[in-house]
Amino acid sequence: MAINLYYYASPATFYQLSGKLIPWFGWSAVILTVIGLYIGFFMAPTDFQQGEAYRIIFIHVPAAWMSMFIYLVMAFWGAIGLAFKTRLSFMMSRALAPTGALFTFIALWTGALWGKPMWGAWWVWDARLTSELILLFLYIGIMALWAAIDDPQRGDRAGALLTLVGAINVPIIYFSVKWWNTLHQGASVSLTKAPSMAKIMLIGMLVMAIAAWLYTIAVALYRVRTLILERERNTDWVKALVEK
Amino acid sequence: MLAARRRGDWLTSQFFFVMVASMFPLGIGPDPVTLKLIGPGVVWVSALLASLLSLPRLLAEDYRDGSLEQMLLTPQPPVLLALGKSLAHWLIYGIPLLIISPILGIQFALPAEAIAVLMLSLLIGTPILSLLGSVGAALTLGLRGSGVLLTLLILPLYVPVLIFGAGAVDAAMAGTGAESHLSLLGAILVLTLLVAPWIAAAALKVSIE
Repeated sequence: MAINLYYYASPATFYQLSGKLIPWFGWSAVILTVIGLYIGFFMAPTDFQQGEAYRIIFIHVPAAWMSMFIYLVMAFWGAIGLAFKTRLSFMMSRALAPTGALFTFIALWTGALWGKPMWGAWWVWDARLTSELILLFLYIGIMALWAAIDDPQRGDRAGALLTLVGAINVPIIYFSVKWWNTLHQGASVSLTKAPSMAKIMLIGMLVMAIAAWLYTIAVALYRVRTLILERERNTDWVKALVEK
Repeated sequence: MLAARRRGDWLTSQFFFVMVASMFPLGIGPDPVTLKLIGPGVVWVSALLASLLSLPRLLAEDYRDGSLEQMLLTPQPPVLLALGKSLAHWLIYGIPLLIISPILGIQFALPAEAIAVLMLSLLIGTPILSLLGSVGAALTLGLRGSGVLLTLLILPLYVPVLIFGAGAVDAAMAGTGAESHLSLLGAILVLTLLVAPWIAAAALKVSIE
């Protein structure tokens, strides 16, 4: 079955489609969060080294993953927008940024809460922490650039360019663990070797990660719908929608 | 491009560089051991800030009197224009800074070999700052409060340069050798040289339209 992607690239049709999809993503995010938190707080055993404090990873790790993924997705949409001049891609990129900044902030905050009992310090100038902080700065910079440019067309493309430049930073974050090898524990989950944690913990974390994905999609779609309405306010279909 | 004609303009950022670096001993105290410890970092951070101070003027004048638009209309590719602008910025900002830096090194009680490494790291590092900065200057062209915005956009991108630049001097003082840091700095320079002019040219086109 071939889906005509160009059909959905039109803001009007995408507005209808996303309206139908948001409840699905939103509710499944809520349900999975409840399941994930239940697994994390009641089913997963206490870690013999880190005690109860390790349970913060059920929020920390998905948030940290999302903070990086969202940036890459933003860069992807920005590149698509620059290459094909599709209005909707830029809107997607804009819609994702606040959620990305939120997840980055959550990752830093929960990391600080975890670091206090584990390392004895709220904040350590470790490479991964630092790059996550820089990622937050990047998000803020991009949003500030969008806010400063009044012309939406120029803002779209300037933001996309900046996102692409900053995208170089995301791999540095990921590999910095290997490069600078400091306090932060190495990645516990990898694709090539068996994870070094109990299965139930892994399941809880993955459920939470999927929930974070679904939440991001739902919120981004919601924000895109608002952006579409704002930009297309002079078109006939929006007027017809308002009159309905 | 001929910013050199207005001497006050480019000397400002050099004096800024010296003054920022001189504020640190006043704030922290004159203990040579501490100063030696923070010296490389302070000099590098001052270099970053000085580059940010001079960047908005890189394109703003030409933008205001319309010559930037004319330059973009010439048959020369915009990439060349962006590259030329970065080079001009480096000549005006980077080279004098390089010449001043040993004096600051002495202020911070750095040993002679460390000062040599500091200069070397600035020699490799400051062109990166100019290249990245040209992207930021092109993006924020003609915007309200573009100076602060430029800082917000570009400072995070400067971080690797700062880490390896100051790291090279630290490594030299610790006796582990600065080669690895300097090589990474060189790698970043090559990468930036390959990518930044193109992005700056694209950003110029976006901003001029």
